[in-house]
Amino acid sequence: MSGRWLFTKVGAAVLTLIFVLIFNFFLFRAIGDPTTQLARLPGATDKEIEQLKSDYGLDKPLLGQFADYVGDTATLDLGISQNTREPVWNEIVDALPWTLLLVGTGTLLATLIGAWMGVKAATKRGTKTDDGLLGFSLFTYAAPEYWIGIILILLFAVAWPIFPAGQQVTPGVEFASWFDEALDVVDHLILPATAMTLMLLGQYFLIMRSSMVDVLTEDFITVKRATGLSRERVINRHAVPNALLPLVTLSAIQFGAVAGGAITIETVFSWPGLGELSFNAINDKDFPMLQGTFLVFSFGVIFANLLADILYFYLDPRVQSR
Amino acid sequence: MSGGTITVGGTGDTGAGSASGVKHLLLGTWRGRFGIGVLALTIFVAIFGELLAPYDPNASSTDVLQSPSWSHILGTTENGSDVFSQLLVGTRVSVIVGFAAALISAVLGSLVGLAGGYFGGWTDRILDATENWFLVIPTLPLMIVLARVLEPSLTVLIAVIGLTSWAGTGRIVRAQVLTLRERAFVERARALGAGDTYIIRTHILPNTLPLIFANTVLIVAVAILSEAALAFLGLGDPTQISWGTMLENAFSSGAPSAGAWWYVVPPGLCITILVLAVSMLGFLFEEYINPRLREAT
Repeated sequence: MSGRWLFTKVGAAVLTLIFVLIFNFFLFRAIGDPTTQLARLPGATDKEIEQLKSDYGLDKPLLGQFADYVGDTATLDLGISQNTREPVWNEIVDALPWTLLLVGTGTLLATLIGAWMGVKAATKRGTKTDDGLLGFSLFTYAAPEYWIGIILILLFAVAWPIFPAGQQVTPGVEFASWFDEALDVVDHLILPATAMTLMLLGQYFLIMRSSMVDVLTEDFITVKRATGLSRERVINRHAVPNALLPLVTLSAIQFGAVAGGAITIETVFSWPGLGELSFNAINDKDFPMLQGTFLVFSFGVIFANLLADILYFYLDPRVQSR
Repeated sequence: MSGGTITVGGTGDTGAGSASGVKHLLLGTWRGRFGIGVLALTIFVAIFGELLAPYDPNASSTDVLQSPSWSHILGTTENGSDVFSQLLVGTRVSVIVGFAAALISAVLGSLVGLAGGYFGGWTDRILDATENWFLVIPTLPLMIVLARVLEPSLTVLIAVIGLTSWAGTGRIVRAQVLTLRERAFVERARALGAGDTYIIRTHILPNTLPLIFANTVLIVAVAILSEAALAFLGLGDPTQISWGTMLENAFSSGAPSAGAWWYVVPPGLCITILVLAVSMLGFLFEEYINPRLREAT
């Protein structure tokens, strides 16, 4: 049973990815970019344009071009950046760890803090604490994450300059050891990671809160209390573990938002990840780069969704018996 | 997954008293009053922005990045324009894009959800797969790619946001239609010889509309945030001032590092408050339609 379930999930993920490839190909190669790009060549004769077209394989039928594109993508040939003249894949490989660091830190902190806040609010339902936490999470939900990032810069890099306003490491410094360099990176990471955390926090909080409220009304909690266990112990040992489950599904829903947040927050903090690559590609009309980052973001989100599904499958026995 | 047992309209709980119920919902709670108040003020400013603005929002001067004073209550921009005037005039784009994109999204989502849920079979499978695709693909990157390939303008922004945000509505409508289709009054109509169009128009759609409406209000909030994000990334309509383009200009001209809080704080705060207000209304409508939500919070 479980093998078939896994097969369906993987199949759906692969199908989604194929549609991303088709979308990417048609949007950029067939409708938009290459012909206009060739026409931009100053003083190019028709013959030269023909030559270029055959070089790029643009004289082939559309299906043949698509096959080429899929083949290139599969071998990680994502074209050359029109801006830096470097292979797109190399730039993505350089940027990816920085995005993972930022996104990973933000997601981890948002999960921990959001879950903690959710437990606090649910156990103090209807009090000032609960109202305050609800109001705070609604505010972070409504506020644009890049605006929060700019406010953080205003507060903690300009008005009270305790953190750097941008980039990942202090430029032009020779570090005595890798440890010093790591500390410097952490120093640069704090503000963007805070913005990312605040962006994701509200949803984690709300889900944890309602999940906790549900669990707390279940019979086994009353039974545990009746056996004489303290309220704290019942909450921490019995209610919280059961209430944590929906957070797994939520993290899957959040991956899309994370990708968006990476773009805007990295832009604000000049953080050298995929988001900044996308932002530069937008401004320079660097289509191969934009296409490449979109592909990687989509692949990341599809893959992360699949992982969350699989994780949920192992965590929740009810899914397995279905 | 999404409440297969939701009951909407026509079941007795929202009968004759529904008009006064809605009125109480909007004016009887502080959330409703806040939502309606902010929305009314925003729409008023969106219509009369130019008339209310003390300066021409595009007029530049040599008073560059001045902090708030009596002549410029929210200071000036990097070009010496009046921030307050830009804020008033920029309201319109947020409102137009927010509502127009949400409308497109509502129509698309309803059509897809109705068709899939009602007709089932292969129609449903294909439409459901399309919905899933849009739900999985990261929205902002998708919007960016579409907006960049087309040249940025107000129409492009509306189309791009509308076309990428309908899937959630489609999913909810489909679930609702699936339960309605099996209900006795629909089967009765079918047994009496009613056609698909008739059944959809008189039985399915009226019982789905409240749900579509509540969901669309929430999409307005999403659309406002999306417009601002795209504008902040340089994909806004270059001929229009919006809160998003204000943030873009402030950021790219180095206002944050110059400590120009009066230029940076107001546009973001306006976005936040408007999104909060619209979301509150959306949540209220959702709770009204599905009273079980009220117990959960």
